[in-house]
Amino acid sequence: MWKTIGAPVLNVSNRYGAWHYGGQKMVAINNVELISDRPLEVNLREIAEVKRAWPDRAVVVSAMVESKPETWHDIIRRIQDTGADGIELNYGCPHGMSERGMGSAVGQVPEYCEQITRWVMEVAKIPVIVKLTPNISDIAMPARAAVAAGANAVSLINTLNSIIGVDLDTLEITPNIGGKGGHGGYAGPAVKPIALNMLAALGKDSVVGGSKLPISGMGGISTWRDAAEFLLLGASTLQVCTAVMHYGFRIVEDLCDGLSNWMDEKGFTRVSDVVGRSLHRVSDFNHLDLSFRAVARIDQQKCIRCNLCYVACNDTAHQCIDLIAKDGRVVQPQSYDIQTNGKEEAVNSRPSVYVREEDCVGCRLCYNVCPVEDCIRMIEEPSGRPPVTWGQLSESQREVTEDWEKMQEYRQKMGIHIH
Amino acid sequence: MADIEQRTARADALGELLPPMTRNEAAVEAARCLMCYDAPCTHACPTHIDIPKFIKKIATENLRGSARTILESNLLGATCARVCPVQELCEGACVLGTEHKPIAIGRLQRHAMDFVYAKGTDLFQPGEATGKKVAIIGAGPAGLSCAGELAKRGHSVTLFEKRDLAGGLSTYGIIGLREPAEVARAEVAMVERLGVKLETGKELGTDFTLADLQANFGAVFLGVGLGATPGLGIPGEEYIIDGLEYIEQSKLDAPNLVIGRNVVVIGAGNTAIDCATIAKRLGASQVTMVYRRTEKEMTAYAHEYDFIKREGVSFCFLTQPVRVHAENGMVNSLECLRMSLGPADASGRPSPQPVAGSEFFLPADQVVKAIGQQKPSLASRLKLKTEKGFIQVNSNFETSLPGIYAGGDCIRARGAASTVRAVQDGKLAGHSIHERLVEHG
Repeated sequence: MWKTIGAPVLNVSNRYGAWHYGGQKMVAINNVELISDRPLEVNLREIAEVKRAWPDRAVVVSAMVESKPETWHDIIRRIQDTGADGIELNYGCPHGMSERGMGSAVGQVPEYCEQITRWVMEVAKIPVIVKLTPNISDIAMPARAAVAAGANAVSLINTLNSIIGVDLDTLEITPNIGGKGGHGGYAGPAVKPIALNMLAALGKDSVVGGSKLPISGMGGISTWRDAAEFLLLGASTLQVCTAVMHYGFRIVEDLCDGLSNWMDEKGFTRVSDVVGRSLHRVSDFNHLDLSFRAVARIDQQKCIRCNLCYVACNDTAHQCIDLIAKDGRVVQPQSYDIQTNGKEEAVNSRPSVYVREEDCVGCRLCYNVCPVEDCIRMIEEPSGRPPVTWGQLSESQREVTEDWEKMQEYRQKMGIHIH
Repeated sequence: MADIEQRTARADALGELLPPMTRNEAAVEAARCLMCYDAPCTHACPTHIDIPKFIKKIATENLRGSARTILESNLLGATCARVCPVQELCEGACVLGTEHKPIAIGRLQRHAMDFVYAKGTDLFQPGEATGKKVAIIGAGPAGLSCAGELAKRGHSVTLFEKRDLAGGLSTYGIIGLREPAEVARAEVAMVERLGVKLETGKELGTDFTLADLQANFGAVFLGVGLGATPGLGIPGEEYIIDGLEYIEQSKLDAPNLVIGRNVVVIGAGNTAIDCATIAKRLGASQVTMVYRRTEKEMTAYAHEYDFIKREGVSFCFLTQPVRVHAENGMVNSLECLRMSLGPADASGRPSPQPVAGSEFFLPADQVVKAIGQQKPSLASRLKLKTEKGFIQVNSNFETSLPGIYAGGDCIRARGAASTVRAVQDGKLAGHSIHERLVEHG
């Protein structure tokens, strides 16, 4: 993918901000960098050279120009003249270009997406991908516009609008650009869940999913595991940027190697076997089984007694984890004698953590905070109730979903106890 | 010139072993802490510092808050960050210790402490004056801790110290490798800024009596530590150097400390290891530690033993010194006997028995002894009740004489003596004294 070429620009310094969390550098990056600031002629010449040097590789060129039919016609023709294999229409940048009526200013208005894509398709002889902005309430709308205009594929997500932080010494916006700063495009590992949700939303959308248009997935892909998840939710090609900015192109090797090993292990022979394979499992709350029950169980052999599950459950969840002393008594935290000390005493007198399964609602918070792999498991327990969804309930017993008294009666009848 | 070089070389050789953590090292290490709830490290710490809390504050770069968290539980946090046997306490209890590396709690604590001491930040102010007076005897860790706690509560505290410098073993008895003298000095200054009146060169029984104190103060705290190193009772004993004096000179007057070429250290506790370290690092070509039992019975911490072996010190276990041989006032060897282990003695350890006819000579031109300290002699002079020779106290740290409290090594009838336990004693005794003064009006 060739960095977006098009309208003339000037860049600023301190254009990348980053969010570091818990010792991990660059959980996310944010940028106010614009499209390529190298002259259009230079870019086009180099694309042609690259294509000549590696004729067996595909070069897709990202483009963004002013919203006029003749400007778009011109850039598409010039890109095609380089021998490039495809074109991506950048409707995503949320900073700098959007203020000039390009980038996300286009992507946020489905009518503009459709209009411009139509202009492009009038002259395009190579495949055209429409890149979507996530800075929109329903990602399916601009994607439907792309489908309607005859685009060959869509890609998502571009960056999210963001301010990465404020400098607590200078009170300036981070990164500081001559005393000022502002919104920039947010990317990197932190955005992956947002990207996955939008990717799945396209797959589930009757128009976009129904069109079978290929989807190119991106947004926080750093490892082969991330890559596999994007494939499973319907992306048939993947794009990676932030991870390469962080570690260099060498990460591509494990993206391929890890994915290939995982596919072998799972018995998948082609990427197309994987694409969209988990999509049918994506649903919404209305269709989830309310009778499905899971409870947390702690493996006492693996437990290191950090008590993070205890405090999480006790302070912000359903208070169903107890501290049990060696003699079987339930004890309170900090109940040791302060005259005692030393590692043996501290370790040997430390209580164990147990879930009172009858009170556990299966919220899974403890599972998430546990630092030990496979120590807390969510055990599926038969609830003894027939499967039912909220959707079914609101149709068959509407009053239960609208009236607390009726709800209580329903719970009583079904044996649902929430302490 | 040569003198300056030697001075610098010696200071370097016994300079603090571990470098301070950089800001980034500390941030990465702090981020590794799981933030256990009701954490075992906190239980294992004798002063029960809320360790996850102070570490989290390092992670968020709230170093002032981190230091305050430490000092609220342990006023001598800078000393303890350096001298605590963390492997036996907080770090030994870390939940990451079994499969991973435990969090470097001691070094993180030092990071927070260095921050406030470097800035000269005082985190506590003297409390509103109560008009109550307390005398504290001995300005070691127990006395300083007690004095600070009482001063924070507004009591007028006078701290008597028989030596020229306050700080006790932190100043005199712990090698610079583990704690430079300036660290103890800074803590003493901090306690003085809380309003504690320090009177050095003043000894109980010589310069004033207990009766004087009882007449002039609402309560008395004894933090007098232990006595001198006992004699070995062997011929040539006069040539043997006392280990505590050896350490003291290495800290306060290193350029003039005479180091043998072939040094024998008698004993295998932590002080003996410090003496061997000094000898080795200041130029002895051969250092041998002599102990009458085996490595299994030695009282040094395992990590100290590992350390001294890496320093290149050799050991003679099951060896009992019987005579120092000297010629023209110069030591030339230590005569020893081989021992074998017999049935358990009063300490519960196997008693060493001499092997007849096993005499042998260890070449040596300097012999240093570090075989523990005598029980506090003050106890009998003041007619205080004792337990195994140590001053007996109740759960409030009060001795058999009402209003006279005690803490630190002088009451350590059970368990190993340590700085951090002395600090805890001083703190808890301070709380008891405060209650007494408030209740008795």
